[in-house]
Amino acid sequence: MKTSYNYPNSGGKFGPFGGRFVPETLMKPLIELEKVYNDAKKEKTFVNELALLQKDYNGRPTPLTFAGRLTKHFGRAKIYLKREDLCHTGAHKLNNALGQILLAIKLGKKRIIAETGAGQHGVATATVCAKFGLQCTVYMGEEDIERQKPNVFRMKLLGAEVKPVSSGSKTLKDATNEAIRDWVTNVETTHYIIGSVVGPHPYPVMVRDFQSVIGKEVWKQIMEREKKLPDHIIACVGGGSNAIGIFYPFVNNREVNLHGIEAAGLGIDTGKHCATLTLGTPGILHGMKTFLLQDEYGQVAPVHSISAGLDYPGVGPEHSILKQIKRVKYSSVTDTEALEGVKLLTQMEGILPALESAHAVAYLNKLMPKTKKDQIVVVNVSGRGDKDLNTIINHFEN
Amino acid sequence: MSAIRNHIEGINSTGRLALSIFLTAGFPAIEGFTRLAKSVLDAGADMIELGIPFSDPLADGPVIQHSSMKALANGVNMKNVFLFADEIASYSAKPVILMGYANPLLKYGLTNFYSDCINSGVKGIIIPDIPAEEYDDFFKGKPKGLDAVLLAAPTSGSERIKMIDAKSRGFVYCVSTTGTTGAGSIKKDETIKSISVTRKNVTQNKMMVGFGISTPEDIKTFAPYCDGVIVGSALIKYINNYGPLETPDFIRGLAGAL
Repeated sequence: MKTSYNYPNSGGKFGPFGGRFVPETLMKPLIELEKVYNDAKKEKTFVNELALLQKDYNGRPTPLTFAGRLTKHFGRAKIYLKREDLCHTGAHKLNNALGQILLAIKLGKKRIIAETGAGQHGVATATVCAKFGLQCTVYMGEEDIERQKPNVFRMKLLGAEVKPVSSGSKTLKDATNEAIRDWVTNVETTHYIIGSVVGPHPYPVMVRDFQSVIGKEVWKQIMEREKKLPDHIIACVGGGSNAIGIFYPFVNNREVNLHGIEAAGLGIDTGKHCATLTLGTPGILHGMKTFLLQDEYGQVAPVHSISAGLDYPGVGPEHSILKQIKRVKYSSVTDTEALEGVKLLTQMEGILPALESAHAVAYLNKLMPKTKKDQIVVVNVSGRGDKDLNTIINHFEN
Repeated sequence: MSAIRNHIEGINSTGRLALSIFLTAGFPAIEGFTRLAKSVLDAGADMIELGIPFSDPLADGPVIQHSSMKALANGVNMKNVFLFADEIASYSAKPVILMGYANPLLKYGLTNFYSDCINSGVKGIIIPDIPAEEYDDFFKGKPKGLDAVLLAAPTSGSERIKMIDAKSRGFVYCVSTTGTTGAGSIKKDETIKSISVTRKNVTQNKMMVGFGISTPEDIKTFAPYCDGVIVGSALIKYINNYGPLETPDFIRGLAGAL
């Protein structure tokens, strides 16, 4: 195909986005990581070992579930759910953590650090560290520690040290700052497992590759079931790893409409949201050039979402290029709409989605009326909602 | 020829090291900041690095993070920074260098940023999140009279240091240790070993050492391996403890060890 999608380039640039905007101390480790990763993905032993872990430990392939009652409810296109909520540890995050822990072992690192928002990536990282016997430190904003208590306890039980971050907005952005500072300090002994398609090259492309297993499975499963590709795929976007994971294998198939759903928080007019691609402008944060929510002086803006996993002022650089070339349509869903999404999926299908994933579910209310009966919609249920019960209970009981 | 380089060379030719002092612009207050900077120069600093405050300073330790947040809370923006720079540069011929993260520059507009640097007498810029690989892109429109100083780290290795040396102007900023600014307890032998590697490979530039240098003793330790030293967090900490008026004492102590 003439217009085939081919990002990033060798410098990790997705058009004008991406790159490596980091202190010099991290440059050589990043170049080394890139090399080790590029070699590993061509090695049969690495590929086979990862595939086996994905199958026997993570429980892949995850099902593609036909949502019968939900389909009937809207009376339009057929709705399928990609069940990343059934991954071991309850979300898609383990897909990436498994890949990166194998690389960390190859690199000879004994210590792992990670940042986490909702705690799902922290749990996934603590899990692989427990499995492979590596030391684990997870940085987590104080506000997120408060709203994601069950995951904090899980991480500790898994043997990880959870370091509370009290700087800035006390959420995912600040946890990422602290993790980078730790890495700069302990780079000789430590591998940083970034949890999303963000950060300096090679992280965005590496995490995309590890998460693309989601989209590859959807391709195979929907072809078996329906003998054709879906018309629409919906995924929530914070940093954007579950979305890139399900979108990427379909990027060159323009007949498949891709929808990335950001968190509109209290509403995109309120200033309390994290709709980066909807309202952000290009900037540099966490080692990457990408769309960013910032003030007129280039200071990173405080953001808000009910979902700790989407509560981030930046976004993966690949989403920035996908927006720019108009390959993915980015929309946003408010806290209240997301909570209704939780109710919708739970009561129609008996599946409790994470608040993050509920943003993708809630978008059905906007998309479905425009679809036709012979069409197919796939929603990425990126995680399960048990961790959010406190937040959900508080909302519905008030 | 670089004005910063000439300045360092002039100092070195008298048999001593150059002392560069980092101040967070507008910290502890906008009011009186220029007076603070002037007193630092009068007390023996050879240059001023003026830190542009940023919400997410990921190369900085807690001390400069805090001063940066305080400056932002004081309402400091790029306009204030250029006003400070202009006043300091009008007061003294010693070079003023701006140090800050890429994003506020990008937002300000690089063309505007460069011309305001020239207009306010700024001689150099240090952007810790623009490594050599991003240099050509980012500094495309930079005027010749404005030096972009690059950093070399303990992890860099000979090859990268040579590349950094070839691109950097003014001096090469040798990061003494892995970690953020204000690291505190430096492992002396390890640090000397890593500085020596940088020293050997920096052949086209002067070399200043920074990160974790806080006392006259530190300066004496590293003196044989560099052309100058940079002190930041230690001074900010001192200001936190004793207030800006006592700053000249601290600078005189450092200058005595050069």
